[in-house]
Amino acid sequence: MDHLDQLEQQSVFILREAYRHFDRLCMLWSIGKDSTVLLWLARKAFLGHVPFPLVHIDTSYKLPEMIAYRDRLAMEYKLTMIVGQDAASIAAGNTFPATKDLPADDPRKLTRKQCCGLLKSGALKATLHGSGVRKRLDLATGKYEIEPDSEPYTGVIVGARADEEGSRSKERYFSPRDKNNAWDVGDQPPEFWNQFKTDFAPNTHVRIHPLLDWTELNIWEYIKREAIPTVSLYYDQGDGKRYRSLGCGPCQSPIDSTSRNVDDIIAELKSGALKNIAERGGRAQDQEGRGGLEDLRKDGYM
Amino acid sequence: MSVAGPDPKREAAESTHVESRPQMNIVIVGHVDHGKSTLVGRLLADTGSLPQGKLDKVKRECARTGKPFEYAFLLDALEDEQDQGITIDTARCFFKTAARDYIIIDAPGHIEFLKNMISGAARAEAALLMIDAKEGVRENSRRHGWILGMLGIRQVVVCVNKMDLVGYSQAAFDAIEKEYRAFLTGIGAVSPKAFVPIAAITGENLTQRSQAMGWYRGDTVLDMLDGFAKQPPKIALPLRMPVQAIYKFTEHGDDRRVIAGRIETGKVQVGDEVVFSPSNKSATIRSIEGFNAAPRASIEAGWSTGFTLSEEIYVTRGEVMSHKAHAPMVGTRFRANLIWLGRTPMTQGRDYKLKLHTSAIPVRIRKLNKVLDASRLDGELAKDHVGRHDVADVVLETAKPIAFDLSRENDGTGRFVIVDGYDVAGGGIIVESVTDEQDTLRSEARMRDFSWIPGGVTAAERAQRNGHRAALVMFLGKPQVGKHRYARALEKALFDDGKNPYLLDGTNVLLGVDHDLSAEATQDELVRRFGEVAYLILNAGAIVVSTTNAIGMADYGAVQALIGGNPSIAVEVDPTGRSTAACDLRIKGTESEAEVIAKVVTLLKQRQVFSA
Ligand SMILES: Nc1nc2c(ncn2[C@@H]2O[C@H](COP(=O)(O)OP(=O)(O)O)[C@@H](O)[C@H]2O)c(=O)[nH]1
Repeated sequence: MDHLDQLEQQSVFILREAYRHFDRLCMLWSIGKDSTVLLWLARKAFLGHVPFPLVHIDTSYKLPEMIAYRDRLAMEYKLTMIVGQDAASIAAGNTFPATKDLPADDPRKLTRKQCCGLLKSGALKATLHGSGVRKRLDLATGKYEIEPDSEPYTGVIVGARADEEGSRSKERYFSPRDKNNAWDVGDQPPEFWNQFKTDFAPNTHVRIHPLLDWTELNIWEYIKREAIPTVSLYYDQGDGKRYRSLGCGPCQSPIDSTSRNVDDIIAELKSGALKNIAERGGRAQDQEGRGGLEDLRKDGYM
Repeated sequence: MSVAGPDPKREAAESTHVESRPQMNIVIVGHVDHGKSTLVGRLLADTGSLPQGKLDKVKRECARTGKPFEYAFLLDALEDEQDQGITIDTARCFFKTAARDYIIIDAPGHIEFLKNMISGAARAEAALLMIDAKEGVRENSRRHGWILGMLGIRQVVVCVNKMDLVGYSQAAFDAIEKEYRAFLTGIGAVSPKAFVPIAAITGENLTQRSQAMGWYRGDTVLDMLDGFAKQPPKIALPLRMPVQAIYKFTEHGDDRRVIAGRIETGKVQVGDEVVFSPSNKSATIRSIEGFNAAPRASIEAGWSTGFTLSEEIYVTRGEVMSHKAHAPMVGTRFRANLIWLGRTPMTQGRDYKLKLHTSAIPVRIRKLNKVLDASRLDGELAKDHVGRHDVADVVLETAKPIAFDLSRENDGTGRFVIVDGYDVAGGGIIVESVTDEQDTLRSEARMRDFSWIPGGVTAAERAQRNGHRAALVMFLGKPQVGKHRYARALEKALFDDGKNPYLLDGTNVLLGVDHDLSAEATQDELVRRFGEVAYLILNAGAIVVSTTNAIGMADYGAVQALIGGNPSIAVEVDPTGRSTAACDLRIKGTESEAEVIAKVVTLLKQRQVFSA
């Protein structure tokens, strides 16, 4: 058993525990490399099946390739694909991209973080809770239809890794969130061995983190080993740039890199060339003000 | 940036072979302020594992705000922590040496955060325990030492830190080593591999030998880390696979019924006969199931896998799969060492939930042997409960028999947590099994089942034909309370509903099977024979409805021990309304037959005896 095997096996164990303990379970799928590895691990755990819905929050600013890739894999893997969106804010132009050219003192102007608060955290909260509209991919037609099920999800599987960013290193494998989706970092339950928090009060939910011990390098090594399909945005298409982390179009920028495929990325990570650049460095919202992602996470961000 | 078409990019990598570097989780523990954060920060800096400029940035920030620089600031990624000035949670840091990659879990030393320390340490393969040379051994030095032992961390190195404050004195170092070793021996904890004198702040003996302490001949901390052995999966131990779930995903034409779980120890191959405890059911491994993996004929400890069996047997989560010759213990009582973290103390007479491997079951304290303050661990506390952060030696009793091992023999099946309400409130290890009243019968039943000669028709096939599984419904209570009337009515109703019930009247067993027993025959033997007869009829696939005056509530446990994994329901008929015996349904004897039948049917459905 090598290190990748160990990581994989622990993740499979965690996924199976989650499936066992939560009737209302879903997995967040951001279309990025981590949550796609997570999806793959679910197929490992459940022998080729994915016995719970995948939830994607569509901010409407995702690059088109990501959406096409999502739907394609959803059809191929026969996923229960649920998409949520803060359609009201988007329609009202209540977003960072729609207001960024307004004068600084205009009350309608939104910061990037406020925009994330609405389009991501807010939409996620509403979709998980069921108060927001859920749309479901009809595998027969390939179209999204309104999903009648509006029960809250009580177990939410998320692809966070501890090495990605400081605040994520504080997570447990099973981290409770209260009814406002808030995370009490200072008072988390103990996690002995492989016994997780699987009992929870009504109206609370539990975030499950099967990838906590994986590093960015491990993710790419696993993508290579398992030949997992990934979005081409991760690779240099000839202009010496690639995305290291995928978010919304207006708030992310590619890094300088000539990695054209998985092998190149593995070599690049091993060489230490990216050591001094934060993985989410291209995500502009993290850079706004003190606290950054940690603030967003306490409020329910993934 | 060009955006390619909508095709998911399948990497046409030549080979899928990946050489992943070995990794080890280590935890750093010790009393607050003894220098954990400094050690971690220094290790990161000295191994070149910090992002460029990060150290300088923090130093500049300190200079700007007029605070003296601390390595702790470097680690404090969270605002909360900086505000309170203490490490709240087990932060993870990554660093690498030539030998391997490390994840350091920096566990908080503050008592308030003991649960975080435990969460961090429970994932570690090795530990560094910090003791301040000047302050010496303190409460949490001791408490953490005990916890490392309980958590099963066998590789421990003690760093005697801040040697600069004691003039790098060998005598001071030796005194601490002596005191702490004596303490650990006293509590029966593992002896540390070594003690290293260090000054974390200046890096003495961290990555380089200290000039100031020429008297020290041992390795540096970093060499010690590289010297820790990676724990190999425990393949040599007997097979243990706690059943995590039974999967049958019928979608898309999948008809596999897979027993899923992680192999904690041992190995197993296709064709092996395996048994499940506590039900004693056995079957042969037909296949090892996976996804996107090469087919395999054998599999071993460490893998989360799944099996199909030669025969469809009814087993549930919480059972442990093993080979017959080396099955786990089965019982309701064991002695354990535990630590309590709950805000509400653990008290006697209260029900908690025990989670042990994959089983979850109500549990109570049967006997509180002693309660200790984990920071002293010398005298006993005169307490009748286990308070927050106390350590206790207890006998626990589960509501039903479960499969377990002693933690020193097999820790995957020998350690547990206790859930109070919604929260994990304590955890511990099993140190000894304690006999209960049913032990003799249970092992008799086990011997019997392990040697059982199966017929040509399986239980699953019978269940298929009958439309239900076998089950026992016992009407219990004093004579003349109406047991027989209800039992007869239930048998008839089930029969009319197309089921296969059989009324086993205790009197009939007395007349025949027990005919040779003299009047003084022990109650035990009557019960044993009754149980064995019931078991035979259960094996024939029937729902056995029984009524007997020969067997009382007190004997119900014995009957259960004899009927293996078959579901059973105890209905007590008690006109007095005063009985408190454990049963599944209590009635007064005034209820209509139809009402009682409906209740029993509901219970049978809950136990998945039949669905319609
Ligand atoms: N003199 C001296 N002080 C040290 C040494 N190591 C740590 N300290 C100081 O001890 C205090 C507590 O250290 P810290 O690493 O925060 O302890 P923690 O609570 O165990 O993480 C800080 O003020 C450190 O600067 C050392 O080797 N020598």
